[in-house]
Amino acid sequence: MANYTTVHEKSPVFYPEYERKSEARGQTHYCPGCGHGIAHKLLAQAIDDLGIQDRTILVSPVGCSVFAYYYFDTGNIQAAHGRAPAVASAVKRARPGSIVISYQGDGDLAAIGSAEILHAANRGENITVLFVNNAIYGMTGGQMAPTTLLGHKSTTTPFGRNAVNDGYPLRVAETLSVLDGPVYIERVALGNAKQILQAGRAVRRALENQVKGLGFSLVEILSPCPTIWKLDAHQAQQHVREGLSSVFKPGVYCDRTKEAVPRPEPKPGPALTGIPRILGIELNEGASAAPVAAASVDLRIRIAGFGGQGVLMLGQVLAEAGMDAGLDVSWLPSYGPEMRSGTSNCHVRISSRPVDSPLVTRPAVLLALNEPSLRKFISSVEPGGLVMYNGREVPGDCRRPDVDLLARPFTEIADELGEPRAGNIVMLGALLRRIEGIPDASVDRALARVVKTQRWLEIDRKAIARGREVCHVS
Amino acid sequence: MAKQLMKGNEAIVKGAILAGCRGFYGYPITPANEIAEAAAYFMPLSGGVFLQAESEVAAINMVYGASSAGIRAMTASSGPGISLMSEGLSYLAGAELPCVVVDISRGGPGLGNIAPEQSDYFQVVKGGGHGCYRGLVLAPASAQEMADLTRLAFDLADHYRNPVIVLADGITGQMMEPVEFKGEPALPPAPEWSVTGTAETRGNLVSSICLEPDDLERHVRKLEAKYKRAEAAEVRFENWRADDAEIVLVGYGIVGRILKSVVEQLRGFGMNIGLIRPITLYPFPAAELHRLAYHARQFLVVEMSTGQMIEDVRLALNGLAPVEFFGRCGGNVPAAEEIAAVVRRLQAGSHPEHRLETELDEVALHG
Repeated sequence: MANYTTVHEKSPVFYPEYERKSEARGQTHYCPGCGHGIAHKLLAQAIDDLGIQDRTILVSPVGCSVFAYYYFDTGNIQAAHGRAPAVASAVKRARPGSIVISYQGDGDLAAIGSAEILHAANRGENITVLFVNNAIYGMTGGQMAPTTLLGHKSTTTPFGRNAVNDGYPLRVAETLSVLDGPVYIERVALGNAKQILQAGRAVRRALENQVKGLGFSLVEILSPCPTIWKLDAHQAQQHVREGLSSVFKPGVYCDRTKEAVPRPEPKPGPALTGIPRILGIELNEGASAAPVAAASVDLRIRIAGFGGQGVLMLGQVLAEAGMDAGLDVSWLPSYGPEMRSGTSNCHVRISSRPVDSPLVTRPAVLLALNEPSLRKFISSVEPGGLVMYNGREVPGDCRRPDVDLLARPFTEIADELGEPRAGNIVMLGALLRRIEGIPDASVDRALARVVKTQRWLEIDRKAIARGREVCHVS
Repeated sequence: MAKQLMKGNEAIVKGAILAGCRGFYGYPITPANEIAEAAAYFMPLSGGVFLQAESEVAAINMVYGASSAGIRAMTASSGPGISLMSEGLSYLAGAELPCVVVDISRGGPGLGNIAPEQSDYFQVVKGGGHGCYRGLVLAPASAQEMADLTRLAFDLADHYRNPVIVLADGITGQMMEPVEFKGEPALPPAPEWSVTGTAETRGNLVSSICLEPDDLERHVRKLEAKYKRAEAAEVRFENWRADDAEIVLVGYGIVGRILKSVVEQLRGFGMNIGLIRPITLYPFPAAELHRLAYHARQFLVVEMSTGQMIEDVRLALNGLAPVEFFGRCGGNVPAAEEIAAVVRRLQAGSHPEHRLETELDEVALHG
């Protein structure tokens, strides 16, 4: 007979005493024969072997292992049901130097959290997932899990799981292994000592992959649940070996660890003093300057036309120019699907007093770049207002005696300049002849801010000049 | 170049990064997309994380993870997405995790539409998730406030260890106005309770479970005490000519702006009108409304909904003065002119609600 000693040594990764009622501080809350205790031990050993206890952050799920944090003397975060991979993804990205483990059961991972695990795996998050599959909901008292075997009687499949009604046992390791994101997926079992040793190796590898920065690793652990299965511990292990393992075959399903390239160390962020430049802003350290304007201005402008006519851009140049002139401004676009289906309009206010409402429901100025827009908004223009229309003539039924109507074929005029798309800016030039309070220099600076290329800037400057002329002729 | 013309949605991201936010997790939804798009550009450049989540459910749980790990984190969405985030918000509040959530609200219920509404008030201000928790709620009315209140939101979130929601609407998000930024960029260190993967934080636990009833009651009472402190310290509002007003208009966000123009119009005709624009929706400026009720003859609440904030106004006034309501919804924005007409009728002694149905003009933003 071999001469050996049995050593029951608790991993230093476990707390000396567990956060439990005083009489239970030395034992786990898991049932006798449950696989979670073994899985915990394998995880603790791997953490200890790799020397990563201080860096480790364990994300506990909802289910029987909801209290995994009772045991692990590591950083601990308890997540909502199924969401541990989303939580773990963000933790790892926030703290790339940490080692993040998502520990989940089958209901948590394969049912309610199926989206989160699929996408964390597909993103190749550099995290480690331990997926404990005992094919049943334990914590809630024995309901069908997504991994419950066909024919198995659970409290919610009292006649046995029936594929027609309940679908099939979900094979997680196989499903995730078709993705490009993961580097390592293995299914192991806790059916006997040999399987447990193999499980220990897999858990260690999955963690080591993360330490090396290789990417997403998942170990599916087929695990006994004697209490709900109504078996004794031996029978339960046998069921893991023979029942579960026949549907969920142990093995390595994905291994790209050899070709995986370790992720580069994250670069430190920029100095705080550089942040305003990155954001394209200047910090204003003085008192806020109130708008300073020479004259009293209160322009309420509505601009409308087809998408592509530069309706929004025209409004933006006006608002920029007004701001440049020391006036308060607002620009409000119509937004959403109609932008993609043809028409577009915006509200612009330019005022020597603070703008109260940015909505222009009674415009003093209407710039209608097409006939439908003229028809739509002409009646809203306040008496004495100005209407500019992109056309040779205002249709008879759109005329109003109490407003100033100016019709010019702005698009055609722009076409003569060589760029029909500058019709909006020709109209702007014409408008500038008719309104007060916005100096030319402000308009020019506004154009320079809004227009992205030198070519267009030159076209637009010509267009403005031309617009002034055509307005003057009237 | 102290002031820049920018969209409210962009101002939110810039304000957030200046506040030290280094994690944005989001899922596309109109009319909040510009926020995620700006974050996708500026976060990596600023040394932060942008991650497009597979759903709003995942996004809010990423916020949970990032906040647990001690960084300032945020997400942004609109009503349908906020519905999906409600579970996560409850967990964040339960685990006392700070975070900022922006709701650029749109028309509901269901898919509704993408035009502006204020119908997320109940959802955002009263909870939405399960359990006895509150979110602090800030309601910006301009692009400038989008920047300023987002920055404030991060400080409040850290101070109270609680989610803070910036509740805006499609207009405030989409419109461009001059914005200036003040204050040095911040980057607060990880809070001592956070779990950062270091020896110092090894014993830390982030969790919302309290299995024993006595423990959970203690925890809930602790949260309650925190909310009481916020109610005493954090109320913010704009009082616009309301101190001597006979009729006090009450509206938040973009409606507050429209009401201001109504006040100016009607004051021009000699009417004694003022405005209270709540800037914090929770805590609600109840004491200010209560104070004004000793002078004001009546109150008119205007919302882009069928009436949600009005319940808080009524609670605040507790019967001291009559409270009338005018609302538009479905994406229609009340025009200053139609509100002014309602106020005139109110002044003349008739109740607005009975007559509104027949007199509504179409003044949709979408025209």
